[in-house]
Amino acid sequence: MTKKLTGDNIFKVLAAVIAASAAVILLLNAYILITGSTTVLSVFKLDFVTGMNWNPVVGRESFGVLPYILGTLITSSIALLIGVPLSLGIAIFLVEMAPKAVKVAISYLVELLAAVPSVIFGLWGLFVLRFWVLEYIEKPLNTYLGWIPIFSGTPFGLDFLTAGIILAIMIIPTVASVSKEVISAVPDSIREGAYGIGATKWEVIRHWVLSYGRSGIFGAVILGLGRAVGETMAVTMVIGNATGPTAMPRTLFQPGQTLPSLIANGFLEAPTPLEKSAYVGAGLVLLAISLIINIVAHVMVTRVLKVKGGAVE
Amino acid sequence: MLRNKWHSYKFRRFKNRFFYVLCLICAVIAVVPLASILFEVVVRGAPVINLEFLTSNGLKGGIGPAIQGTVILIALTSAIGIPLGVLSGVYLSEFGNNKYATWMRSINDILTEVPSIVIGITAYTLIVIGLIGTFSPVAGAVALTFMLVPIVARTTEESLKLVPNSVREASLALGAHRWRTILSVVVPTAKSGLITGVLLAVARIAGETAPILLTILGNSYFFQGLDAPMDALPLRIFLNSRMPQPELQAQAWGAALVLILMVLALNIGVRLASRGKLRR
Repeated sequence: MTKKLTGDNIFKVLAAVIAASAAVILLLNAYILITGSTTVLSVFKLDFVTGMNWNPVVGRESFGVLPYILGTLITSSIALLIGVPLSLGIAIFLVEMAPKAVKVAISYLVELLAAVPSVIFGLWGLFVLRFWVLEYIEKPLNTYLGWIPIFSGTPFGLDFLTAGIILAIMIIPTVASVSKEVISAVPDSIREGAYGIGATKWEVIRHWVLSYGRSGIFGAVILGLGRAVGETMAVTMVIGNATGPTAMPRTLFQPGQTLPSLIANGFLEAPTPLEKSAYVGAGLVLLAISLIINIVAHVMVTRVLKVKGGAVE
Repeated sequence: MLRNKWHSYKFRRFKNRFFYVLCLICAVIAVVPLASILFEVVVRGAPVINLEFLTSNGLKGGIGPAIQGTVILIALTSAIGIPLGVLSGVYLSEFGNNKYATWMRSINDILTEVPSIVIGITAYTLIVIGLIGTFSPVAGAVALTFMLVPIVARTTEESLKLVPNSVREASLALGAHRWRTILSVVVPTAKSGLITGVLLAVARIAGETAPILLTILGNSYFFQGLDAPMDALPLRIFLNSRMPQPELQAQAWGAALVLILMVLALNIGVRLASRGKLRR
């Protein structure tokens, strides 16, 4: 039987073609970043990734993105260190502990936190949070633990730590809501069995629920990491924007930059094609990092929630 | 073993309470930044706001062009992005039982997480350098469309999946074609969930800054055509926040209040209107 040109077939093919738009957009992004960065990559080759200098002066050009790769990883790590335990606490509280009314209210507020535009996080960070961080976190840390290298230097407020803390706040909605789904997906029979042998609520959560949902929660964490790595505006506004060797991370209390903030700060002002290409190259590195992270997260989360789908339906 | 004091009932009960309180504290901490942001935006933004601030151009210190620009961007983006996203979602939900659809679904999810600044670079190269040759609302709308399509596709899929199969079967049993069933029965049934999803997606991209920073540039004037730089609220907030003058910083807070009211009004309104119809 051959396929006839019926309304149904036309509609299906049309919808299928349009459904490819996401793939087209993704490939377009990759294509443009790859072609746009050939100039800088052909000049500097591997030095582009391992170099520390960022010198746009014509004739003495040097472009290396290592400090910004490290900056991205450091701010994201701080975000995970602070944001993940908080998000897990929230998720556990919402699924296992909170009474219905509180649960609804807090879920709602966490969703609203996700709705706040990142530029407003940045504005708040620049004019409010940075002073809190400086007074209540950085100065005490520096005074009492200043002998540890990462807490040395002069606390300033616009630095890696503040950027990491802002990111921690911004990934809470993502990590908390995915973990919440993962924890709700743990079958009740598991809990019943655990209660049946006399475990307390916390023991049930700690030894049964969390270990059952382990890989899903790991997926949620990676998803949060993906968000943190790509976040641009809030970080750009609070990280202090150092370039070149001074951006190389030495302490948490120094201005630095991440890959996104580097691009946001300099891309439009870049006068020469080579410098422009360097920013596109930074974008390519960022895209690569973010794709790897997100594909891993995606695989982990869907695998777990698919199990849930099978169990529930 | 159980004689060990770490396994005594008393200690286990204490641990239980301790972690209960700890989780409660986590939940409270999550609310603090939100409360502080809302408080600061209102307290610092409200004094700046008056009719002149909202309507006059940038040279007079107003944010009229920024509000206008944001509305134009949202309209353009919605016009391109919503049809693409909704139809993608229809495919994923109604014909999505094959390998191709599984791939497209995953790619939508991955595209949602692509850093917005990267999308800004793409739209810049494609439109600002390539097609039009200047910073323009079109370039901004293309960038935002790239972000809108995957979100709308996935929310559309989720809300169409909530339509019971019996509804589809009833329509098909009456002799309607598949496409007719989808367009006149399935989509209307899922209407409120679909609209909720689309509006939340629009609210999300309305506050995006990084991609429009690279594509519309920003200026002080009202709309000057589809091939000229334009202003927008998020961009105005960002640019003003870096200025040393306190009055420009105050304008940033005013613009932030307007933006957050727009975004939160959309969020809260939509969620109240369609409670429980779309689970996110």
